[in-house]
Amino acid sequence: MESTTKDVQKKEAEVKEGVERTRSKKLYTPPVDITEEKDSLFLIADMPGVDEHSVDITLEKNVLTIYGRVEPDVPENHRLVSAEYGIGDYQRTFTLSDEIDREKIQASVKNGVLRLTLPKAEAAKTRKIPVNAE
Amino acid sequence: MLFSNNSHLFWDPWEQFDSMRRIMGRSGTRSRSEFPLVNTWVSSDDSIVTTEIPGVDPESIDISVTGRTVTLRGSRKADDIPQYRSYHRRERWSGEFSKAIELPFDIEADKVSATFKKGVLHLTLPKAEAEKPRKIEIKSS
Repeated sequence: MESTTKDVQKKEAEVKEGVERTRSKKLYTPPVDITEEKDSLFLIADMPGVDEHSVDITLEKNVLTIYGRVEPDVPENHRLVSAEYGIGDYQRTFTLSDEIDREKIQASVKNGVLRLTLPKAEAAKTRKIPVNAE
Repeated sequence: MLFSNNSHLFWDPWEQFDSMRRIMGRSGTRSRSEFPLVNTWVSSDDSIVTTEIPGVDPESIDISVTGRTVTLRGSRKADDIPQYRSYHRRERWSGEFSKAIELPFDIEADKVSATFKKGVLHLTLPKAEAEKPRKIEIKSS
């Protein structure tokens, strides 16, 4: 179900046991919408603080990883008196069930929203098999 | 310098707020905050309020100031998805939001400035002149 604005919380990413991060910053899981049609998969992720230069998308075999780096914007000579949200990087990994044509992947970032179009490779496109009447 | 440190001369409401929060524990109030979540910073002259509202059209953000309260209103529509596309995941929020943030001082409404970058709204809310700390000179007789 779609989230309403009433129950939105920033979710911290789970860290696997035995895995340590090299950066001390927090890591968040961005909320995503994923849709699919016959030829493509579409992914939209909310990553406030990220622009086109600070996002990395990798596809290795069928594992898609999105990573967004956020440089905290700390106002000078001010002190933080109330913090309802934390600031940190974003990471999320998906296992894709279809072959993706990696040459044709498109990505854009606008106002902190990442949009990915992942066209399916020829072999993975659904084909209708005609059934002949005898 | 006898009066070099202003904090001894003026009561700082944020100080009270800080200590109250320390007493109540860190996690207490946080989870009950209403969307959008805001961070608040202060200096002696102004307050900075930031909030993460990615994908919102900057034109549609409405900021109004009355006295010591700033109110943020806006909305984000759900994407128009053609019928032949199916949803696998739907986690992103959509709809309208409205949030009032009360500062411990009157705001100089004419001088409020706002920027919206990378989905983060950044408000600078200057203190009304009458509220700014003033240094009092001591005349020697």
